[in-house]
Amino acid sequence: MISAFFIYNQKGEVLISRLYRQDLKRSIAEIFRIQVISNTDVKAPIITLGSTSFFHVRHENLYIVALTKWNANAALVFEFCYRVINIGRSYFGKLDEEAVKANFVLIYELLDEVLDFGYPQNSEADTLKMYITTESVKSEKAIKEDSAKITIQATGAISWRRSDVKYRKNEAFIDVIESVNLLLSTQGNVLRSDVAGQIVMRAYLSGTPECKFGLNDRVLLDKDPTSRKRSGSTVEIDDCQFHQCVKLGKFDSDRNISFIPPDGEFELMRYRTSDNVSLPFKVYPVVTEIGKSKVDYKIVVKANFSSKLYANDVVISIPTPLNTTGVTCSVSSGKAKYVPGENAMIWKIQKFQGESEWTFTGEATLTAMTHKKAWSRPPISMDFQVLMFTSSGLLVRFLKVFEKSNYKSVKWVRYMTKAGNYQIRF
Amino acid sequence: MYFCPTCSNLLLVQTDGAQQQFYCQTCPYIYPVIKTIVQRKTLDRKQVDDVLGGDEAWANVDQTEGENAELLTDLNSEYRDRRKDAVKRVIANMTVGKDVSSLFPHVVKNMQTEDLEMKKLVYLYLMNYAKSNPDLVILAVNTFVKDTDHVNPLIRALAIRTMGCIRVDKILDHLCEPLRKCLQDDNPYVRKTAAICVAKLWDLDQERAIENGFIKELQDLVSDSNPMVVANAVTALAEMQESSSTKDIFVVNVAFMNKMLAALNECTEWGQIAILTSLADYKPLDSKEAENICERVVPRLQHANGSVVLSAVRVIMIYMRHIKSEEFIKLLIKKMSPPLVTLLASAPEVQYVSLRNINLILQKRPDILQNDVRVFFCKYNDPPYVKREKLEIMIKLCNERNIEQILSELKEYASEVDVDFVRKAVRAIGRCAIMIDEASERCVNVLLDLINTKVNYVVQEAIIVIKDIFRKYPKRYEGIIEILCQNLDSLDEPEAKGSLIWIVGEYAEQINNAEELIEGFLETFLEENPQVQLQLLTATVKLFLKKPSQTQELVHRVLQSATTEIDNADTRDRAYVYWRLLSTDPRAAKAVVLSEKPPIAVEMSSISPGLLDELINNISTLASVYHKPPTAFMGNKAFSADAVKKAAAEDARDEEQIMGDDMISPTAAVGAAKNAMADLLDLDFGNESTTTNVSSPPVSLGNNSSVMQTQPAQASGPNYSADLFDFSSDMSGSSGGAFGGMGGMGGVMQPQQQSTNMSSPPVSTSNASNSGGLFGDLGSFSQPMQPQQQQQQQQQQQQQKPSGAMNDLLYLF
Repeated sequence: MISAFFIYNQKGEVLISRLYRQDLKRSIAEIFRIQVISNTDVKAPIITLGSTSFFHVRHENLYIVALTKWNANAALVFEFCYRVINIGRSYFGKLDEEAVKANFVLIYELLDEVLDFGYPQNSEADTLKMYITTESVKSEKAIKEDSAKITIQATGAISWRRSDVKYRKNEAFIDVIESVNLLLSTQGNVLRSDVAGQIVMRAYLSGTPECKFGLNDRVLLDKDPTSRKRSGSTVEIDDCQFHQCVKLGKFDSDRNISFIPPDGEFELMRYRTSDNVSLPFKVYPVVTEIGKSKVDYKIVVKANFSSKLYANDVVISIPTPLNTTGVTCSVSSGKAKYVPGENAMIWKIQKFQGESEWTFTGEATLTAMTHKKAWSRPPISMDFQVLMFTSSGLLVRFLKVFEKSNYKSVKWVRYMTKAGNYQIRF
Repeated sequence: MYFCPTCSNLLLVQTDGAQQQFYCQTCPYIYPVIKTIVQRKTLDRKQVDDVLGGDEAWANVDQTEGENAELLTDLNSEYRDRRKDAVKRVIANMTVGKDVSSLFPHVVKNMQTEDLEMKKLVYLYLMNYAKSNPDLVILAVNTFVKDTDHVNPLIRALAIRTMGCIRVDKILDHLCEPLRKCLQDDNPYVRKTAAICVAKLWDLDQERAIENGFIKELQDLVSDSNPMVVANAVTALAEMQESSSTKDIFVVNVAFMNKMLAALNECTEWGQIAILTSLADYKPLDSKEAENICERVVPRLQHANGSVVLSAVRVIMIYMRHIKSEEFIKLLIKKMSPPLVTLLASAPEVQYVSLRNINLILQKRPDILQNDVRVFFCKYNDPPYVKREKLEIMIKLCNERNIEQILSELKEYASEVDVDFVRKAVRAIGRCAIMIDEASERCVNVLLDLINTKVNYVVQEAIIVIKDIFRKYPKRYEGIIEILCQNLDSLDEPEAKGSLIWIVGEYAEQINNAEELIEGFLETFLEENPQVQLQLLTATVKLFLKKPSQTQELVHRVLQSATTEIDNADTRDRAYVYWRLLSTDPRAAKAVVLSEKPPIAVEMSSISPGLLDELINNISTLASVYHKPPTAFMGNKAFSADAVKKAAAEDARDEEQIMGDDMISPTAAVGAAKNAMADLLDLDFGNESTTTNVSSPPVSLGNNSSVMQTQPAQASGPNYSADLFDFSSDMSGSSGGAFGGMGGMGGVMQPQQQSTNMSSPPVSTSNASNSGGLFGDLGSFSQPMQPQQQQQQQQQQQQQKPSGAMNDLLYLF
């Protein structure tokens, strides 16, 4: 379905060009450069010119472009582009112009493997690393496996795991990372609040372990009559998605999360909930425009979690009008300064204790503008991390590991809440 | 040189006994030298300016044979590293588009190697240049065939994969045997590669694929034990089915369906998509079976890959047609909602595709996502294309319960900086008002608030929207007219201006200074855009009919200047129509011009049901993103080997065409029909003007009055004629509900036009010679249309969009 795949740099030079079908020519690359890269007004990520459709994704300083002449599955094409980026990251640490130029041979090899005749094949970086190697990757993994085994794994039902993994100490780390998204209206009403969580697992387990995993999810618990008493502390998950290792059929029938984990780090599941979100920070902004030359700010931020916990790296970005000339501000904690490049005052607090409250007062002076145009008032945005706190209240109840050899394993759990799109309109 | 630390003078050296010391000439400072003092300074050589721009200037210059010659020596080097490096450089040159085909034999020589990386590089080169060196490819065949027997399955697969990509007939002769072997290979990796290779062969030579029985082999692979082999077999079969002429390659029957469902759970994500796509083609026997399949597909909604989710949604949406149980459908809808919402957390491009699809799903199943409107609220940093789609969906989900929320959100958007988005937000408010009767009052208030912000483009857009609200709810919000009129001066866009003029004309009796306002506009009458001119004309006539005493002179002046000084045929003709109407029978004029207009309505679904079903069949594909049937943008697909050759030849032209204009121009047919109709009007009035020429009030003459009478007779009732006179306001309306007066009339007048045509040619020619320059438009039967006219017709086309299936075809892009 994908007829060709290109990678351009920002200037529009072709770094990688791979044709999978004969229905177009290499020179088509030029058309994309003219129509999209040098065009300042690009309205959509998909453009059809004549009968050729161009899908593009921007990443770092690159354009990742897939072409098709078919009525292709658009979602698939974009997902695939992002997968290529992931593979690149996994191989080179970072996929940018430099990495592409330095590794173009390897990238061709990878492209050859992940797409055949325009159909995506195996795109698991871990599996690919077994048979497509560079000097650096080779030394890291040092696999000299019999290729028959590799191929069976690459096509098998558990393509994500090698069978002969061995660890002296069997450990599994679970990180529950939640991003809180908030949109607060000018009146202080919550327009939208939801939590996008991911559960990342680092599994260092020998053999082919079968894992079972439990959360305090309402649906999960209600299945289990013994724990019904505790339903006060359950969380309702709106929707969740799993890594391909999780047996979806089983989850659908009896809500069991069971899986054979890949070796090393992977994202086990992603979930989303909008029920009972406890917001870690409350922000009370008072912003008044005094005449045409001054804007007055008073912003109070209150931490809304237990005083035993701390939030780290709290950054509050308070937008100023475009014609701001100078700013005076004072804060009761942390540091604040005006960053003209971002048209915002940045207020940083290294450590923010739970249940404490800090205030920002400031004043922006404006120059007179000939063209009077209302200030669009972009929202105040926040960035923070709170350890051992989940906005949704989600907790890991258990992780069981079953393996033939019946070894003991150690499990660790960490929780973290960070800011996703935490925006407060004023 | 050292200097004094106190007075900064140069220190001199003197001997004090055996020891040397530095001393200052002006002060008593002394520094005894007790150890060796060394000071070194290297001097930079002055940089010579590069006259020709340095190394970079050489990067893109034309190269002579030099580099290729160098590569050639390296390719033939006795050292492996050197050869490999040379091949890498060849590939690098190929990427940037340099021609390295001359090295073909030398590169191919390196094919026989145990180094897998090297082999892959050579294969990559082969795939690119085999076509330009068909004779030399035969050199490689032997190695290929040998490689398909290699002990290493990776090499076997690589060989068969590459062979399929070399589109040279000679290779095909040698491909079939190894391919057959590989299809039965005991390694699944080889089998899955071979499965795709059958599709490659099919693409080149269908006959050969059938003769060799590969279709049957591939069908057998669907029951393979390895899920990935199954997925690839399905992929290949599906592609072949699509391009086959007989359509019997892969008819999904119960047996296939069961095998695919079995493999579904264990496939890779891409395999799942392939299987889901083919499942969508299956026709379930009864409701029960459809339910069963849906149950097996539903778990896919939980997949992390958005395209798997959308493919599953497609299957479910298609099968829903066969499911009779209402409850089960409800359950499915309930299960589909959360994953759809989750898709909004993915990458912006995937979001975009999802949003376009959600839009379709909503049109088919309006009950989905009813409580989730909040997730479609735009984030400040969403890309514009995502915001636009979210806005569309917000409007679709708007109902009495959530209107308050949506309105305050839309109001928020109206204060953003992206002008285009702000306009869309304001329009959205208007659409909400027209859709939900109870909310219209609140919408109007929000619009008034926005007008008070005095931001130019917001005000203009708001006025356009308010005009539509007036048309939907006549006589309800007259009170706000005064506020609107205060913003007269800030209007500079034709559409906004036209809208306000329309309002003034329509409600002339309630506006005390209506004649002053109109008069104000009339000062610049001649310079205005035709759209505004038409509105001004209509408004003036309305004003005259409502307040005849004060405005007689005014209307006379306008009609005079419109008929004599304006070149635009539409404006001039409309002026004539009014003039004649007014002069023959003012009462009839009143009945026509001031007749009740039917209120407009917003169509919820802008897509016809037939097309919608087709698009649902294509969920997640390009068609669903564009909301157009696949045939609209794919062009003619070439499938067979000959066709490919032809296509390659056409490609060059195709590209040129792409470079030239990026959008497929609207079909000429519409233009022609409209053209004929517009000309018909021209013709009639031209006729009349030859006789009366520039005499002031055109007295009704035999021939034209008869034309005038035939029109209402043809039209079915007064509404049509009202539409005729009011059509430009229709045109400017964002709502597509009422069809344009012009377009409508075109349809009505078609038969008449033909008959007139029959008799008119002699008349029209005489006209052309008589009337000269002023009525040169007459000739436009054969001449290209005037740009303004074209513009208007395009507007009409846009407006006609929702009015029927025929237009769906015409309105491809």
